[in-house]
Amino acid sequence: MKKLGKQTVQFDNPPQIISSASVVGNKESQGPLGDYFDQVISDGYNNQSTWEKAQMKMTEDVVNNALDKVNLAKEDIDFLLAGDLLNQIVASNFAARKFPVPFLGLFGACSTMIEAMAVGSMMIDGGIANRIISFTSSHYQATERQYRTPNEYGDKYPPYKQWTVTGAGATILSNETGGVALTMATLGKVIDLGVKDPKDMGSAMAPAAADTILNHLEDSDRSPSDYDLIITGDLGQVGKNLTIELLAEQGCDVTKNFDDCGVMIYNSKQKVGAGGSGCGCSAVVAASYLLPQIMYGNFNRVLLLGTGALLNPMTFLQGESIPCIAHAVVLERTGHLTEGIGRPSVQDNLATKIEATKIEDLSQSEG
Amino acid sequence: MGTIDKTPQEYQKLIKKHQLTDSKVKNFFSAYLIGGLICLLGQVIINVLISTGIPKDNAGAYATISLIFIGGLLTGLGVYDEIAQFAGAGTIVPITGFANAIVSPAIESRQEGYILGLGANIYSIAGPVLTYGMLSAFLIGLFKLLL
Amino acid sequence: MDLYLMSFLVGGLICGLSQLFLDYTNYTPAHLLVTMVVTGAVLTGLGIYDYLIDIAGAGVTVPVMNFGYILTKGVLNEAQKGGFLGLFAGVLEVGSIGVSASIIIGFLMAAIFRPKE
Repeated sequence: MKKLGKQTVQFDNPPQIISSASVVGNKESQGPLGDYFDQVISDGYNNQSTWEKAQMKMTEDVVNNALDKVNLAKEDIDFLLAGDLLNQIVASNFAARKFPVPFLGLFGACSTMIEAMAVGSMMIDGGIANRIISFTSSHYQATERQYRTPNEYGDKYPPYKQWTVTGAGATILSNETGGVALTMATLGKVIDLGVKDPKDMGSAMAPAAADTILNHLEDSDRSPSDYDLIITGDLGQVGKNLTIELLAEQGCDVTKNFDDCGVMIYNSKQKVGAGGSGCGCSAVVAASYLLPQIMYGNFNRVLLLGTGALLNPMTFLQGESIPCIAHAVVLERTGHLTEGIGRPSVQDNLATKIEATKIEDLSQSEG
Repeated sequence: MGTIDKTPQEYQKLIKKHQLTDSKVKNFFSAYLIGGLICLLGQVIINVLISTGIPKDNAGAYATISLIFIGGLLTGLGVYDEIAQFAGAGTIVPITGFANAIVSPAIESRQEGYILGLGANIYSIAGPVLTYGMLSAFLIGLFKLLL
Repeated sequence: MDLYLMSFLVGGLICGLSQLFLDYTNYTPAHLLVTMVVTGAVLTGLGIYDYLIDIAGAGVTVPVMNFGYILTKGVLNEAQKGGFLGLFAGVLEVGSIGVSASIIIGFLMAAIFRPKE
């Protein structure tokens, strides 16, 4: 791999995604993308005694699901890369203890999924790993109670506040042939434009997203039109509009192909303020919606960004502002199909639109 | 292409342009309505108790306990925060809101145990009210004593 | 009686003004509650609160401002009788009903119920 500019890595042998899975809560399954997700949990407790345990179980389940889809065993994986929003990323730690495999815990707040995919790709392209799993999760109740106020507390949410997605997503990256290739990664800098309101994550994260997009395009010598879609993790409606304007001021026009997972995952009737947020947001939308769309050719090249707010409840009380970060990966269609990406119903739906002669079907030789 | 060069002040102006807001007038009246109704309920309880012969001061105390019970019950049933999404300060300010502030952290900290979870967190939101209430009462009393 | 009307009007007004406070400042509900309690204490110290209760009844005894009133009233009662020691003795004298009811009922509810989704 080689470094482009100051922040971007270009992979000589791009790692390919052979499997992806998602587990979501009820609210997400009732949203516009509900039919795409692999598994829905019964309620916020997921048959566990606490919310934190519910999140841990979701994380375990999603990783097992991703492995089962392509008939891999835990031992077939070389490294695990994961993180989440719980203190000390325990949902990820505790899921990883079931694996006889080295684990790297990462914290990028809501950008963790993309961070994990980027770092994992470097391990594969660098030749020390054949397969890695990147996974992350978030849980609405567990996050609210840790970062803000107790769940039953009668605090009225402002309309620009976002709703933390209850969801866990996992992708398996490999040096074998897969459905989607990860060709470049741009690692973000920490950006802080002085936003202090912890209920307004979108505004805090927009500058970081804009900064990473600009640097990616500069490093890779591309323009927005080189991508079918530029999509951010969880900026929400407010953050999305701010990013578009910040980029426009720098001469970068993304109005035709820009979207946000947080805006896509819920509909306006679900009373979610500015949209979804949380590590799980980008993870589940990417794993179950974006990857199948890319694999079956609806998008050929996508720039996927994870956006994270790097605060904790104490920094807010101490009068600090919210520093944020955004990481980006470039996902490209390989022309091959893999069983691991997308639900069977989704695969059938999308496959009927593709001419069989153009695609080489590798689903029989997957192993 | 460059980098994002905005000062925090310039960015705040940009945020205001895009930020979703709800009608402050609507919020005022929602709070007014629900807050007024809760106070009215308190008055009803007091008057009913007085009419059964209970002295005025005790009636007030019973009304307080009843409202605390109602607030706590609605919190436990998971309903209080739904009402609060509409009423805002109308559910925070009355004493039912104080009960909500006591029950809500306690109910979810119970999973960390009765002593260190529930027991410790009962005060986590309502604590400041007790602390500063007692402090200001003391200071005012001290002030009057020294005058 | 017109205490019904006044309790609604005055109680509602206190809540409405509090909502404006929350909307127009960056303060949290916790700040609001502390402000209210201290205001109640000050109004009691100034001797106004009893008069407000006569006019508006539950309209001023239901909001948490009342908590400041009962704490301060207790202090003033005891300080009159017992001097300096009365300051400490009086704080929870009248307020003990509210505080103990809150904790005991709070415990009961928290022990019975489980937080909902």
